[in-house]
Amino acid sequence: MNDVMPYIALSGILFSIGCVGVLIRRNAIVVFMCVELMLNASNLALVAFAKQHGNLDGQIAAFFVMVVAAAEVVVGLAIIMTIFRTRRSASVDDASLLKY
Amino acid sequence: MDFTKPTIEYADIWPLLVVFGVACLGVVVEAFVARERRFVVQAALAGLGLAVALGGTIWVAGNLHEHAGGAARGAVDVEGTVVVDGPAVFLWGIILVFALGGVLLFAERRLEGGVSAFAGQAAALPGTEAERQASTRGLEHTEVFPLLMFAVGGMMLFPAANDLLTMFVALEVLSLPLYLLCGLARRRRLLSQEAALKYFLLGAFSSGFFLYGVALVYGFAGSMEFADIHEAVRNDLENQTLLLIGIGMLSVGLLFKVGAAPFHSWTPDVYQGAPTPVTAFMAAGTKIAAFGAILRLFYVALGAERWTWQPMLWVVAILTMIVGAVLAVVQTDMKRMLAYSSVAHTGFLLTGVLGVQQVSELADGELTSLQAVLFYLTTYGFAMVGAFAVVTLVRDSGGEASAFSRWAGLGRRSPLVAALFAFFLLSMAGIPLTAGFVGKWAVFTVALSAGAWPVVVAAIACSIIAVFFYVRVIVLMFFIDGSPDGGEVAVATRPSVLTSATIAVGVAATLVLGIVPGPVLTLTEHAGQFLR
Repeated sequence: MNDVMPYIALSGILFSIGCVGVLIRRNAIVVFMCVELMLNASNLALVAFAKQHGNLDGQIAAFFVMVVAAAEVVVGLAIIMTIFRTRRSASVDDASLLKY
Repeated sequence: MDFTKPTIEYADIWPLLVVFGVACLGVVVEAFVARERRFVVQAALAGLGLAVALGGTIWVAGNLHEHAGGAARGAVDVEGTVVVDGPAVFLWGIILVFALGGVLLFAERRLEGGVSAFAGQAAALPGTEAERQASTRGLEHTEVFPLLMFAVGGMMLFPAANDLLTMFVALEVLSLPLYLLCGLARRRRLLSQEAALKYFLLGAFSSGFFLYGVALVYGFAGSMEFADIHEAVRNDLENQTLLLIGIGMLSVGLLFKVGAAPFHSWTPDVYQGAPTPVTAFMAAGTKIAAFGAILRLFYVALGAERWTWQPMLWVVAILTMIVGAVLAVVQTDMKRMLAYSSVAHTGFLLTGVLGVQQVSELADGELTSLQAVLFYLTTYGFAMVGAFAVVTLVRDSGGEASAFSRWAGLGRRSPLVAALFAFFLLSMAGIPLTAGFVGKWAVFTVALSAGAWPVVVAAIACSIIAVFFYVRVIVLMFFIDGSPDGGEVAVATRPSVLTSATIAVGVAATLVLGIVPGPVLTLTEHAGQFLR
């Protein structure tokens, strides 16, 4: 357990940074990068736990997560770019037609 | 290290493979079929694929092996990653039925005067020369059909996943196409793009939580498979921290997808901004798939930890029902009102989920909570798809008119359409002789027999609030003349046979399930329990 503890702690810190970033940043691109940071924190945790348990499940899962994250980038950037071209701004505060 | 060839049980999972195969074929069609013929080819291909998959699902359902003395039926396939059991096959069936309805609504071209409800060219900026050209040339995005098929594939895999990794991948496969579909409306494109952005950012955020929950539960149990997690939860009484935080994070991801409070805030925005056919498909399909996944995760993997997660679901269910019902009262937009009502329905469904009990605790012939939730999902899906299909018909000069002021007096101008809409609303409100009543009765009884009476009391109170806002719409349609502010009013446009068929099936199913619910309840009983 003690072996991998620093890595788990690091992944927890990275996850928290990403989470806080999503909540406080305004630029959609930066928000999106923070989400990616959360996914990568999970990857680190998965690989560390795989080392601790001595099996490969976590490492294989990390590969899947990378592929999923790449697919998410494709979709996400397309959506953010459409919004940017329409509104000339990527701020998440500007998109506020739908409310209440 | 030896490499062993994985065994894949094609006989069990082929409906799933058909859906994914047709989706890939749709991408090829996009590249090779001439533009004029593409729309018809894509729509026919998607419809045919779903019909074949539905037939296949029924065939698979008839050939499931019995386990545990007939209590569960099915098999764990593909090296333990996918489980094809009774509940999974039942959910496949209803997802495919509603997806077929979705394809019919997607293919409707009569309402917009010969083009579909999707943007001619999503890349062309709203209000520019490029957009006008796309519109005069009659361009259409036929990619919506492959996107729908990929989403359906993800929805089918989601409740059939037997490990956390498969569940995560299915979650993304169902979400990513939906993010795109939300942004493709032909009219009101700014709203539509904004809905896509909100859905995407919040969806990605919640799946980040889900994934970290996966990592923590894996760290606790040392395996991703639900059966192993169940063993670990039962045996390991120390070191619960990882497990508890993991359960919390997995719940965030799943409760976001079903739109439960406090993770519901995307629902009204996305339901309103997305093209209405997409909303219809998404409201039914996503909720069914995500509730299937919630049931499997909580019952199969975390069943031994019932006393930990049940109180959490109590709080979430009560909060969800109150938020949904109260906020629906103050809405002035039809799609937004339906979105809040779907939040309230999520609360009612959670009431069924938390009514889980051991088989030994149940009286003979009593409904299990799994049966009640499966039945409620069926009734909810028919009413939602039908209601949103009706919303696509009610239009004024600017396209679909979803504001309440436009709907005033609709019952005088288009009696049939208004009557059908009223019928769907009554079913959602849970008036006797409609399917919604039987569904509500089923989830309330299971929660009551599990001793969750505070939740049931809250649920009944919220049902009464809900009756108020549904009836208000009916009064608006039938007893108020013209628009109160003197503005333009909407009339029902005559649809092609595609939308009419969807609405007709929705009405028929809602009526039949309300009067003779027996056959479908028996079907949910035949589905049996989840296979561990």
